[in-house]
Amino acid sequence: MGEGTGDSTGEMLRRVGGDMPLLEVRHVIKRFGSFAANDHVSLKIMPGEIHALLGENGAGKSTLVKIIYGSLQPNAGEILWKGKPVTVASPAEARALGIGMVFQHFSLFEAMTVVENIALALPNCKATRELADTIARVSANYGLPLDPNAHIADLSVGERQRVEIVRCLLQNPELIIMDEPTSVLTPQEADQLFVTLRRLAEEGCAILYISHRLEEVRALCHHATIMRRAKVVAEADPARETVNTLAQLMVGNEITRVVREKGKLGPEAILLKGLMQVAQDAFGVSLKDINLSVRSGEIVAIAGIAGNGQTELFDVLSGEELAESEGMVIFAGEAAGLMDINQRRLLGAAFVPEERLGHGAVPALKLSENVVLTRHGTGEGIARRGFTRFGKAGRIVEKVTSLFDVRKGVIDPEARSLSGGNLQKFVVGREVERTPKILIIAQPTWGVDAGAAAVIRQSLIDLSRKGAAIVVISQDLDEIFEIADRIAVISRGQLSKAEDADTLTPEKVGLLMAGGAEKKGAAAA
Amino acid sequence: MMRLELVKRAEKSRLMSVLSPIIAVALTVVFAGIIFAAQGHNPLSGVWYFFLEPITSLWGVEQLITKATPLVIIALGLSVCYLSNNWNIGAEGQLTIGAIVGSIPPILFPDFVNPLVLPLMLFLAMAGGALFALIPAKLKTTFGTNEILTSLMLVYCANLFLDWMVRGPWRSPQGYNFPITIDFHEWAVLNAVDVGGIYINLSAPIALVLVILLAVVMRSTLKGFEIRVLGQSPRAGSFAGFSNRRMTAFAFALSGALAGLAGMMVVMSEIGKLQPVISPGYGFTAIIVAFLGRLNPVGILIAGLVIASSYLGGEAIQTSLQMSSKLATVIQGVLLFFVLAADTLILYKVRLVTGREGESAHA
Repeated sequence: MGEGTGDSTGEMLRRVGGDMPLLEVRHVIKRFGSFAANDHVSLKIMPGEIHALLGENGAGKSTLVKIIYGSLQPNAGEILWKGKPVTVASPAEARALGIGMVFQHFSLFEAMTVVENIALALPNCKATRELADTIARVSANYGLPLDPNAHIADLSVGERQRVEIVRCLLQNPELIIMDEPTSVLTPQEADQLFVTLRRLAEEGCAILYISHRLEEVRALCHHATIMRRAKVVAEADPARETVNTLAQLMVGNEITRVVREKGKLGPEAILLKGLMQVAQDAFGVSLKDINLSVRSGEIVAIAGIAGNGQTELFDVLSGEELAESEGMVIFAGEAAGLMDINQRRLLGAAFVPEERLGHGAVPALKLSENVVLTRHGTGEGIARRGFTRFGKAGRIVEKVTSLFDVRKGVIDPEARSLSGGNLQKFVVGREVERTPKILIIAQPTWGVDAGAAAVIRQSLIDLSRKGAAIVVISQDLDEIFEIADRIAVISRGQLSKAEDADTLTPEKVGLLMAGGAEKKGAAAA
Repeated sequence: MMRLELVKRAEKSRLMSVLSPIIAVALTVVFAGIIFAAQGHNPLSGVWYFFLEPITSLWGVEQLITKATPLVIIALGLSVCYLSNNWNIGAEGQLTIGAIVGSIPPILFPDFVNPLVLPLMLFLAMAGGALFALIPAKLKTTFGTNEILTSLMLVYCANLFLDWMVRGPWRSPQGYNFPITIDFHEWAVLNAVDVGGIYINLSAPIALVLVILLAVVMRSTLKGFEIRVLGQSPRAGSFAGFSNRRMTAFAFALSGALAGLAGMMVVMSEIGKLQPVISPGYGFTAIIVAFLGRLNPVGILIAGLVIASSYLGGEAIQTSLQMSSKLATVIQGVLLFFVLAADTLILYKVRLVTGREGESAHA
C-alpha cells in the first residue's frame, strides 16, 4: 500500500458485521477559513467493528470525529446512520442516535463527583444512589475501578479517563469513539481495556479507535482508515500490515527511529535523600522516604500508574511545593529543598509538567509570552529591572520552532491554537533550548503523534548526552524503554530502586507498577 | 432557510478589538433614539440633548472631567484586581476609609498648616484605603473566604463609620450641630486652575499619569505579566514562580490605595470637609467603568468619560425634555449590554448561512 492507495480498495478487504454499514461518511468537507481540515473524507464503519482511524497530528482525525459526534458541522458531504441520511446537529443528537465518545482531553467538571459528572450526561440528570451503584458495577465489570463519590479534582489523569469511558458505556451506545484511550494506561490496564473493547464489539457495538500506538492497533482493530493532510489516503486490514508499513502510510515516508548510545556519566546532579511529603489534600498521595541519585549524562525514568504520587513528586522537585527540609532535594550539590522554582532554575534545572495547557503554558498567551513564563528568572535577561523583553523571547520562539519543527500558522500564535503535538514540542523545546543541567519532565509525549514523539525523545537523549541529568516521569513503557538508562517505579508514594534498563523487561516493570514496588521499597527500608 | 452562524476564530481579531466598542456605542445611540421616540420625543433631539449637548459648553466639559476622574482612578485599580482574578467589589468602602484617614491632618491638627499637608493627606488616604482593602484579601488567603461578599459588606462598615465620625468625635463645634467636620484649611484642599477656560484641579492630571503608568506596567513589565498570568491560569503562574497569595494582597492593596486616593481628592476638591455622604457611588460605578474599558487602562479612560457623560446627559434630558434622569441608568445598562455583545466579534465571526448551503451541509 503506498501513496496512491485510494479508499476504494477498502471494498476488497475483509469486513466484519455484514453489508450494511452502521455509519457511513461520504465526501465530507470541512473548511476553517481557507484551510481544509477534511477534504472529501469518506469512511464506513460496520456494526461490531473496531475501526482504527490513523494519522499524524493535524491530519484531520479530530475534525472528522467532531463532525461525526455533532460538535462540528461539515461544509459539504453527508452522514448516513444505518443507511439513512442524518444531520448530527449536536453531541446530544449524536448520543440520541447511539454514538458515544471518550475524549482525549477530558470534559469533566472538577468540583463535582464522578456520579454527578456522569448524571449530567444522562437524560434525567439525577445523581442517585442507584446511579452510583450502576457506576460501581459497570466500572468493576469492565475492569475500570472507580469510586463513584470521589471528586474529579482529586483523580489522576488515568482515573479521569475511566470516568469518561464509564460515562460513555452507561448510555448503551452502538458506536463508541475513543481518542487515544490507552495513552495513560499500563500495559496490563491496556490489555484489560482491550478485553473490554473486544467484548463490546462482540456484543455488536462498533468502536472508532484513534491511536498512535500502531502495535496495539494491529492487535485490536479489524479495519483501519488512514488520513494524511485532510484526506483519506489508505484503508487497510491492520493485522495484515506491519507497524512500519502502517507508520509509512501515516507519515508518507520512513519515520526516524530514536538513536541511543550509552552516554558518559558525570558527577551526581540530582540527589533525593529520604524525601517525605505529606499530601496537601485528603485525596493526594504522600511521598514516603524517596531516595534517588541521578548523574549527569543519564536518563532515569520513573514509571508508574497515574495517581501514585507522580504529581506530588513533580511539584516537590520543581519547587511549586517546598520539601520538608532543604537537604531532601539536592541539585548540583546544593541543598534545594526549600528553594522556590526560579531559584532552582538558576541552579540549572528545568521543568516540563504533565499538563501542557494551564500548567506548562497559559492557553490565551502568545508563545513568546509563554517563553517569558518559565525563563524570566533564569538570568538570561528576558526580564531586566522589572521590564520584560518580549523581543528576546520572540527570538527564542523562532529558535525552538526551527529546532523542534513546531508547526504554526502565524509567527507568534496563542498557545491554545497549536495542536497538542506541536504545543508539546514547544513546551519541551522551550526548556531544552536552554541546555539545562537538570531536567525534570512528566509525560513527555502523552497524546502526541509518532513523529513529534520521536523528535521529543531524541531531544531528551541528545540533551543527556551533552551532560544533563534527566528524570522522566512517564506511564508509557514503550517510551521508557526507548530512552531510559535506568528505571525506577513509583507506587503509592514509594519509589523502587532505580535499576539498569537493560536488566528489566516491560512485563517486569508493569508488575512493579501494579504494586510490587511497595514490597521492594519496604524490603529495602 | 437563512440563519446566522457564529464561527470561532483561531486567533483574536485585532480589527474587531478596535471596532467592537465603536459598534457598541453606535448601537447604543440608535437604541437610545428608539427609547426617546417611544417616550414621545423627537429621537434626534433626544440623542442631541443626551449625548452631545452636555459637552458643547466649557462648563459641561469641566463637569465631565470632574465626574470622570475618580471613576477612572478607581477603575484602574479594580482592573488589576479583576485581571488577576480577585473580585474586589468594595472600592466604595476603601474610598471612604481612605478619605477619613487622609483627613486626619486637617481635622486633628488644624494648626499644622504647611504645603506638606497636601501630599501627606494623599499618602495617608492611599495607606488607609490599602489597609482597609487588605482585610478581604487576608480573609481570602487565610480562610478562603469569598472576597466578593467580604469586600462588599465592608462598604457598609466604612460608610457607617464615616457617619458616626462626622456626627460624633469629628463633628465641627461651629457647625450648628450639622453632621460635618471643620472646613479644611488652604493647604488641605485642591484648588482648580484655569486651563484654557476650563477649571480643573490636580486630580485630572494625576488620573492621566496613572493611566499611562498602568498601561506601561501591564504592557512591558514583569509585574503586569504576572497579573495577567495569575488571572488566567493560577497553576501556570506558580510554575512561573509567581505567588497567588502575594498577588491577592498586591491587587487589593493597589486598588484600595487608588480608591482612597480618588476619595480624598473628591473631598479635597469638591467638599472641603467630611460629611455623611462624600461619594455618589463612584466605587460601584467604577466597576462598570472597568469592564466597559475592558480592563485596559486606555479603555478605562474612555469608558470613564462615557459613563460620566451619561450622568450629565441624564441631567440634561431632565431639564430640557422633562424626561426622567433614570433614563441615564437604562442607557448605561444598554451600553454595557452592547459592549459585551460586540466583544463576541473579537473571538467569533458571523456567517450568513443560506438555505442551499445549509442543506448541502446537512443533507
